[in-house]
Amino acid sequence: MKDYESVIGLEVHVELSTQTKIFCGCTTEFGGEPNTHTCPVCTGMPGALPVLNKQVVEHAIAVGLATNCEINRNCRFDRKNYFYPDNPQDYQISQLYEPICLNGFVDINADGEKKKIRIHEIHMEEDAGKLIHDENAALSYVDLNRSGVPLIEIVSEPDMRSAQEVIAYLEKLRTIIQYLGASDCKLQEGSMRADVNLSVRKAGTDSLGTRTEMKNLNSFKAISRAIAAETARQISIIEEGGNVIQETRRWDDNKEESFSMRSKEDAQDYRYFPEPDLPGIFISQKWIDEIKAFQPEFKDEKKERYISEYCIPEEDADIITDSKHLAGIFERTAVLCGEPKKVSNWLMVDTLRLLKEKSMDASDIKFSPENLAKLIKLTGSGIINSTVAKEVFEEIFEHDTDPDVYIKEHGLAQVNDESALRETIQKVIDENPQSVEDYRNGKEKAMGFLVGQTMKAMAGKANPGMVNNILKELL
Amino acid sequence: MHRKKKTVNTWFPEQSDFAGKDDILSLMDFTAVELGEKIKSGDVSVVDAAKDCLDAIEKSEKDICAFITRIDEKEVIRQAEEIQKKIDAGELSGPLAGVPVAIKDNICTEGIRTTCASRILSDFIPPYSATVVSKLQNEGALIVGKTNMDEFAMGSTTETSYFGVTKNPWNLNRVPGGSSGGSAAAVSAHQVTFALGSDTGGSIRQPCAYCGVTGIKPTYGSVSRNGLIAYGSSLEQIGPIAKDVRDCAVILEAIMGHDTKDSTSVKRKKPGLLSSLTEDITGVRIGVPRDYFNSGTDIQIKDAVLEAVKVLTKKGAVVEEFDLSLVEYAVPAYYIIASAEAGSNLSRFDGVKYGFRTKEYNDLHQMYKRTRSEGFGDEVKRRIMLGSFVLSAGYYDAYYMKALKSKALIKKAFDSAFEKYDVILGPVTPSVAPETGTSLKDPIKMYLGDIYTVSANLAGLPAISVPCGLDEEGMPIGLQLMGDCFNEKDVLKVAYAFEKTRDYQKSPAASGGKAV
Repeated sequence: MKDYESVIGLEVHVELSTQTKIFCGCTTEFGGEPNTHTCPVCTGMPGALPVLNKQVVEHAIAVGLATNCEINRNCRFDRKNYFYPDNPQDYQISQLYEPICLNGFVDINADGEKKKIRIHEIHMEEDAGKLIHDENAALSYVDLNRSGVPLIEIVSEPDMRSAQEVIAYLEKLRTIIQYLGASDCKLQEGSMRADVNLSVRKAGTDSLGTRTEMKNLNSFKAISRAIAAETARQISIIEEGGNVIQETRRWDDNKEESFSMRSKEDAQDYRYFPEPDLPGIFISQKWIDEIKAFQPEFKDEKKERYISEYCIPEEDADIITDSKHLAGIFERTAVLCGEPKKVSNWLMVDTLRLLKEKSMDASDIKFSPENLAKLIKLTGSGIINSTVAKEVFEEIFEHDTDPDVYIKEHGLAQVNDESALRETIQKVIDENPQSVEDYRNGKEKAMGFLVGQTMKAMAGKANPGMVNNILKELL
Repeated sequence: MHRKKKTVNTWFPEQSDFAGKDDILSLMDFTAVELGEKIKSGDVSVVDAAKDCLDAIEKSEKDICAFITRIDEKEVIRQAEEIQKKIDAGELSGPLAGVPVAIKDNICTEGIRTTCASRILSDFIPPYSATVVSKLQNEGALIVGKTNMDEFAMGSTTETSYFGVTKNPWNLNRVPGGSSGGSAAAVSAHQVTFALGSDTGGSIRQPCAYCGVTGIKPTYGSVSRNGLIAYGSSLEQIGPIAKDVRDCAVILEAIMGHDTKDSTSVKRKKPGLLSSLTEDITGVRIGVPRDYFNSGTDIQIKDAVLEAVKVLTKKGAVVEEFDLSLVEYAVPAYYIIASAEAGSNLSRFDGVKYGFRTKEYNDLHQMYKRTRSEGFGDEVKRRIMLGSFVLSAGYYDAYYMKALKSKALIKKAFDSAFEKYDVILGPVTPSVAPETGTSLKDPIKMYLGDIYTVSANLAGLPAISVPCGLDEEGMPIGLQLMGDCFNEKDVLKVAYAFEKTRDYQKSPAASGGKAV
């Protein structure tokens, strides 16, 4: 096994987050009763014609610029002809001859090593509908709600050598595209789909082996498993003196193996030709410049800046900048309260924990930086203690509650009144002679117990610093 | 010049300005513009016009077979009454308000069956109307039916229709031409005042020439194709078929214009086509390609067209012969491009979503195969196969790419010709309408009959067909005038001036008599 290396290229489909479909005015909204988000264009009615959604071109250009591509200033669409019931025209409008973006690359970081992954091209196309099979009735139903939803396909060069590199590449693309707001890139929901082209060869050689294309990969885990399994499968074929067949395979993640879908001999002739219903698209330098001007600061630059500007640890900066939304919350909160490290802690610990518990995405966070900043100020100035702060933060996370109001309503302000504290502490000492005894005998642990008892007696609102001092004094 | 101006207060039985010496027997003997004026002035009602139209169709349809679908009589009358109300209320005042029209059956009409003359769409009722249909309806035109055509507009004779063969109103043993044969025959037989056709390689002009009526294919991109069931998308345009040039100008003006639903439609200023209807053609430069009079062209057609040249010269036009070149490449380039697009455009007729589906099948592929084998006729299948072949791997460069290059060269040849000439003049067809049942035996010969019309489609040019005489057997001959892109005005101007030198010749079917 060690003698071999796998050579991997990816075809990544990304569903663009436009309001309307690529060639008609129908909504792209997910769900909806079957065939309700449709019109004569996206159902392939006779005589209906496509009209290009400008936003799709802008998203494609933006992704191309962010991945260092050349923008093809005279691009156009082609028809890919094949019969299938989810494809109402029986051709897909795509780009073969003049795709919109060419010759790009992204830098990835896998296993601590930097690497450049080249992008062959990015093209625009329309999605197909969905078939729903009724096994009992031996019937199939066609739902065309998804027909005409805009896609871009990002085709890489065969530059990846391991599953780690593939995942790093996909994460890189996902972050870039999410930062651009061009798609939410959710693998599970199908808004990002990756087909893996893989071949193996003896390590150190340059020639390419026969490749297979793997489809139906719905998670990063599935991709890793599929790459491992396909690499092993191809090596064992070669070791046994056989030849890998060029084919398309379907990954079954439950069975953890793949099955042949069709071989090269069965490959269809798509009879591509220029789409006569859509004129070529001329992309002016001005248009490109305008889109370039709107490009956001991407993850890598942002991460570096957070480390140098806000002095937060690299790991924090890395995780926070994974999501543009989370990074936005971080930065705004840090500016408001002036305590970036504390902001980072709230995000890294409590926020990530709550996201995980509620199986939410960072992009789903609803609370405002203003309220988090207030919370940090309230803690810093000793108005609430850290225990209360955690309770209040859950409120903020859940309902974006104003912490000032919440604390007042629930009487959660910290007790800093020395005489009140003294009174309670004296009571605790009186009620726990054994612990007092232990402490005096040098058992530090006893101190913690007494503090705890005091906090309990004061419903968690006591100022922990003062409790400590007074306890020590009284003991 | 026989079209004297005179005021007609009552339409019956006086003479029409237009109809020359013939007695007016039906309101369908008027031109669309004349009828529109009479309706507007209150001389006749929309219901009168509708009734005459229905009567005229009833009378000759058995012989002509111009229609695939006729709108129910009561429905036509109901709509006529509605249009009349709108006219009375001043809501409709355009020249076509209340004028009956027939629509070629490859143009979608919401709620009205639209078949493309094919079994595969024999029960298809579109959920929307083509842009041109909505435009005509907004003008108050009254749709009375859908006309026969070659299946999916593929053919030159209207014999490939699933719904029977249309006959030529001049001679029932002859074809009306195609593919807009039903529309041309309906106008020629005075069943309607005007009709819409579509022209992918001559499908308006050739049947107009065969049936002795007038029709124009506009510049590519002038009229929206939204709702036109596509055959050769990059070549075709919808256009009017009418009795005279003025009607063509008025109808074209009504249906043209940019459409957000058709990305290939062009934003053009309203060209003011009516202003071009003057007889003064002094100094207009007309080029006559020598290549358009090859040995395959009937001598009688050659004579009639050259006679037209003399007439126009006399009227002050500057006429010159020249070599256009590349004419022999037009037909092969056209058939490759049109078939390639057709093969793809007709894929959607697969039995899944609408239209005909075969009765018995075991799986998806068998369903596709049988549906399409049973649903399409021979000529359509021939072109789908041809189209699939020229686009298939390994042949794309040799055929399709080469055809596209030829198309570009042909356009270039026209570009340089239009540097010298305002209008290019020639015949529409090399021969007059052939007898029914003869053309499809030799498809290549039939394809070569498109030699003078396909160039305008390849180059996107506006081109008109106007009657220019009859041959010895009394069959009409057409004169073709082509202009540079977006120059419909000069085309209409020369056509109008030429038309004014002649009497309108009614087909025997329109004269109430039997055509042969």
